[in-house]
Amino acid sequence: MIHSLFLVNSSGDIFLEKHWKSVVSRSVCDYFFEAQERASEPENVPPVIPTPHHYLISVLRHRIYFVAVIQSEVPPLFVIEFLHRVVDTFQDYFGVCTEAAIKDNVVVVYELLEEMLDNGFPLATESNILKELIKPPTILRTVVNTITGSTNVGEQLPTGQLSVVPWRRTGVKYTNNEAYFDVVEEIDAIIDKSGSTITAEIQGVIDACVKLTGMPDLTLSFMNPRLLDDVSFHPCVRFKRWEAERILSFIPPDGNFRLLSYHVSCQNLVAIPVYVKHNITFREGSSQGRFELTLGPKQTMGKGLEAVLISSQLPRGVLNTNLNPSQGTYNFDPVTKLLSWDVGKINPQKLPSLKGSMSLQAGASKPDENPTINIQFKIQQSALSG
Amino acid sequence: MSASSAFNDEKGGSSNVGEPEYGHDPASGGIFSSDYKRHDDLKEMLDSNKDSLKLEAMKRIVAMIARGKNASDLFPAVVKNVACKNIEVKKLVYVYLVRYAEEQQDLALLSISTFQRGLKDPNQLIRASALRVLSSIRVTIIVPIMMLAIKEAASDMSPYVRKTAAHAIPKLYSLDPEQKDCLIEVIEKLLADKTTLVAGSVVMAFEEVCPERIDLIHKNYRKLCNLLIDVEEWGQVVIINMLTRYARTQFLNPNMNVSTADKEEKEKKKTEATAIVRRKPYVMDPDHRLLLRNTKPLLQSRNAAVVMAVAQLYFHLAPKAEVGVIAKALVRLMRSHSEVQYVVLQNVATMSIKRRGMFEPYLKSFYIRSTDPTQIKVLKLEVLTNLANETNISTILREFQTYIKSNDKDFVAATIQAIGRCATNIGEVRDTCLNGLVQLLSNRDELVVAESVVVIKKLLQMQPEQHSDIIKHMAKLTDNIQVPMARASILWLIGEYCEHVPKIAPDVLRKMAKTFTNEEDIVKLQIINLAAKLYLTNSKQTKLLTQYVLNLAKYDQNYDIRDRARFIRQLIVPTDKSGALSKYAKKLFLALKPAPVLESPFKDRDHFQLGSLSHLLNAKAGGYQVLPDWPEAAPDPSVRNVEVPEWTKCSSREKRKEKKADKPFYSDSEGESGPTESADSEDEKKSEKKSKPRIGSSESESEEDNDSESESSESEEESEEESEEEIKKKKKRDKTHTFYIGVQMFATICKPAWLNMQFLLNPLPVSVPQTIVPSGNLKTYELLHRITGEGLSVEYCFSRQPFSPDPHMVAVKIQFTNSATSEAKSLHVEDAKLQSGMRIKEFPEIEVLPAGETVSVVMGIDFCDSTQAANFQLCTHTRKFFVSIQPPVGELMMPIFMTENEFKKEQGQLMGMNEITEKLTLEEKCQGEHAIVQRVTTAANLSRVPCGSDKEFAGKTVTSGSLVLVSVVTKENGAAQLTVNCEKMVIGTMLVKDILQALTQ
Repeated sequence: MIHSLFLVNSSGDIFLEKHWKSVVSRSVCDYFFEAQERASEPENVPPVIPTPHHYLISVLRHRIYFVAVIQSEVPPLFVIEFLHRVVDTFQDYFGVCTEAAIKDNVVVVYELLEEMLDNGFPLATESNILKELIKPPTILRTVVNTITGSTNVGEQLPTGQLSVVPWRRTGVKYTNNEAYFDVVEEIDAIIDKSGSTITAEIQGVIDACVKLTGMPDLTLSFMNPRLLDDVSFHPCVRFKRWEAERILSFIPPDGNFRLLSYHVSCQNLVAIPVYVKHNITFREGSSQGRFELTLGPKQTMGKGLEAVLISSQLPRGVLNTNLNPSQGTYNFDPVTKLLSWDVGKINPQKLPSLKGSMSLQAGASKPDENPTINIQFKIQQSALSG
Repeated sequence: MSASSAFNDEKGGSSNVGEPEYGHDPASGGIFSSDYKRHDDLKEMLDSNKDSLKLEAMKRIVAMIARGKNASDLFPAVVKNVACKNIEVKKLVYVYLVRYAEEQQDLALLSISTFQRGLKDPNQLIRASALRVLSSIRVTIIVPIMMLAIKEAASDMSPYVRKTAAHAIPKLYSLDPEQKDCLIEVIEKLLADKTTLVAGSVVMAFEEVCPERIDLIHKNYRKLCNLLIDVEEWGQVVIINMLTRYARTQFLNPNMNVSTADKEEKEKKKTEATAIVRRKPYVMDPDHRLLLRNTKPLLQSRNAAVVMAVAQLYFHLAPKAEVGVIAKALVRLMRSHSEVQYVVLQNVATMSIKRRGMFEPYLKSFYIRSTDPTQIKVLKLEVLTNLANETNISTILREFQTYIKSNDKDFVAATIQAIGRCATNIGEVRDTCLNGLVQLLSNRDELVVAESVVVIKKLLQMQPEQHSDIIKHMAKLTDNIQVPMARASILWLIGEYCEHVPKIAPDVLRKMAKTFTNEEDIVKLQIINLAAKLYLTNSKQTKLLTQYVLNLAKYDQNYDIRDRARFIRQLIVPTDKSGALSKYAKKLFLALKPAPVLESPFKDRDHFQLGSLSHLLNAKAGGYQVLPDWPEAAPDPSVRNVEVPEWTKCSSREKRKEKKADKPFYSDSEGESGPTESADSEDEKKSEKKSKPRIGSSESESEEDNDSESESSESEEESEEESEEEIKKKKKRDKTHTFYIGVQMFATICKPAWLNMQFLLNPLPVSVPQTIVPSGNLKTYELLHRITGEGLSVEYCFSRQPFSPDPHMVAVKIQFTNSATSEAKSLHVEDAKLQSGMRIKEFPEIEVLPAGETVSVVMGIDFCDSTQAANFQLCTHTRKFFVSIQPPVGELMMPIFMTENEFKKEQGQLMGMNEITEKLTLEEKCQGEHAIVQRVTTAANLSRVPCGSDKEFAGKTVTSGSLVLVSVVTKENGAAQLTVNCEKMVIGTMLVKDILQALTQ
């Protein structure tokens, strides 16, 4: 299975390596660097790269490539999914998963990797078990450790691995028993230039933070479970019960976890809560182009649009822009031709707009690509799926 | 934040030593001498007797290893600490040891004894970790020790140690392949293990060591299928992949007969099988079905690898009609990380060629987003092209038009190719596509134009006559287009169809001859081709030009071109000694060429197992196990039968069905330790209690029942209707049955059919009118004799009515007869002495019972599913009588309605200890079906399963709702077999006794 793991940063340095079987020389990564050079964008590096003796499977997260070396047939998704799990664990432990964080906690990282894989086969990937084995570094603990000389490694032997509920650690105690559930819905839509929706789909997740004593067995029922027809669950959820009764019944892990994620297909049309009026024209012959964007809320049920961010890849012919935002700040990168406009909150009384001109390469003809406009926004306390 | 604090910690630790200069960055390199010195310092720290110093040193060493720095010269100093008390030091020493033991074999042996000691530790976790490290040390000398340790651990008490043993097997195998035979023995042993913890790891070991020994799986196949859902995610992937291969060798191709209808439907129809005379030639092996059924819920796993594994299993193994279920799950994965999308799309592309219909409803999910990376875009395009057909082509083409305007040039090129493929595959849109592509020829971007030319060339080949104007247009383009492939394509087109453009062709050749030396090789070859073709058709105008081109080519640098020129010259230019071939030159060059077929690069990729690395790369990866073809005839299915009693009984499909379905989700298998099991059952109770209050809301309840019972049938409503009908039928036929009398009475009160249904499915109707059943066939018992009661006699019987105030109670009808001369007053219950858990619901006090009168009341008793007597005092205004009611076991249950299929399914789940079978000889009078039914239903409050072929009865216990299933199979000469399945073994045993008595007397 997984032979070795190399962590490569965005400038192409290997800053961590771990081997589970015989050592594989880091020169194997040269094939990866070659592929990286060939790819125009960082995310275009193929996830699977065959080399004469090994196969490299990599994922890119937080601008770090996690390159796994394997030697024989193994389902690629198996490795990819595992690497993502590693990243999630790091994030869980250190708050962020950056090169600096990994370098600073290299010992913890090593201990984690040692527990997560045995001979290249996943051993303990549940965060609850890992936290029992290796305590995450916190300020308090490091201070205590320096004074008392105790360690980050759990003193008592972890028993979670042995239980039939491997995702929950044992002996949990809280004075305040509480459980929080966050429902986050993302809408993904493609809208053509006349404003009609080509496709829209909703992806939702229920993230939970459960702090309950002992071995709680929770059930969660939904008002309208029919909406959730395409769901994936945390392993703690009993499939049978869901299939039979549409009730979620589970013994939760301790702490934060993703209980389920669901997908509402594009068949039922979704109301997009924002609209954009655009007018981007280039005139043949002149080296000027007009650029005009106005956006406003639509069907938000009184909830405000927040953290609106607009980005657009302008044609290569555009040299520079001279724009005037009515609110927020905008930024144009003349090298990548990426225009981004941080709008912030939309005030329905005064719609934000971005107007101005673009200067084009002199003499060049009118660009024939249509720029696409990406909009990201947030709405608090609103469920799009209904 | 946390990061910096950890750093401080490191610093703080080293400042204790008083050597702060080394504390900052232990392994940042620097000049060699200082590196050397630093190692001395580390050695010193390791030799000290303070744990904190040792820990500090180990941390720095591990940091060095992590950065790929060589720390091997510290080996002796580190290895000494292998027995250190401090856990973290110990762990870090292990990390070091595993990393460097291979290089320092002799020194590594020093540590072995520590691990050997660990293997004997009473704590299972220590045993496991000792085995783990021991097996990770790649030193050949210790192979025998490892072998011994693995063998021992494989029969360890603790499943965790056995799991570790399974992990150790591939390690040892890679170290010394000679041990294979011994290891196979261990694998065989571990495969028989019944815990979920071990299953995944041992199958992994099996796949690495002996994937060809498929015979080892036979006996464990059913167990693996049943355990699958509770195995950890990673194990699931490995097991599913292995089982796919296994199934391909053992079962028949479900799609070999195309007319074979949906299997599930068939199963459903089995109850009405009498009506269906048509025999289907193919019958799916029940084990095959078991695998498909048990993997299906895993499509909802959060782990993409598991979902993919199930998807490929369905693709390779399921009947065509059932493969569709995987589409939704795969489409869901497309919302995951881009690497996951990449792999999933590759597989979807392969699947969409074979089974286009499956993904058609999700067409829009494959639309391209501007934020997708190029490789994803190209794959989505591939899928869209595969999905294109006459009905959706217009929307797809509209999408493609948008894509052409993208910034991403590679993607635009891929789009143009996709348009070309759509055009070749779908005749209706060929002209539209061609027109669109011709318009692209005036695009400003050269790459776009070039790609269009290449595609147009392919399209034109299909019908060149109609498009000479396009060819002319393209001929003009030779002045502008620089991309070699496009130029070559244009030249080939002109050469091929030179008779359509007789005027232009020589001119093009003239221009090309001029620039010949500057062209790319591929273009040069086409120029030679063009020249040759023109020479053959129009030698008058082009003779000289051809000569000139051939002369230029003769001295070209590329030997291919020189070769070609020489060959063509010999072929077409008539000389004295020209060979026999020159006669056929025209035939050779101007033969009609078949139009190219534009194929997906994913065609035929499905001979690799989907989801595998080999499939992704379209090349066989090392260690890939070929997915075998279906066998012509199925191998003997009995090899999977296991001698263990529990499994032998599952001979029929229905019985085996969902053996584990309703066990609590977390349950481990039979081999699980005691406490967990009890916890599990507690779980169940709890959840049951929770669901109870809800039961009043009838709709969800009936739905639930239906759902769980007819899991295999897709549509709920259908089955609902079906069973409803069955009830009606039954009602007409069998009115004497007490249970159904109740139904009928109820039915007359509430007309709507669904309500009727609800009553049957819902064991606890809230609104049932409290009717007293005519107690003709109810047995009455004496509670208080006339004499002891001083004239008051009390009898009771079990009315077999649901007790409405509390559904968990058994209704007991009590009949008071006052045969005394004076009236009895204030009859009531008092001072109940009950076993723990039992409850009593007293009847309302009877104020006056005049002499000679009789009155009946109903009281409820919750017997807690036991036959313990309920003791209480019956009081009148003058006296108290101690009485007790002891229920026969048959009264502790109430009938529930079940179809035969459901009955079989449930029965399949209650095997082993929960099943009791008795042989009996029926008494003469009761050999008829009716008599048996009557006797059984009299002995126990059960309802007959309608339309059953055998005599089957179903009910559930009143308090806990555990199922009680009884079946009587009659044979000739009055011999019969009685089977009782009940979760509560005590009840089951007693019930068998009672029914036996009822049937044999």
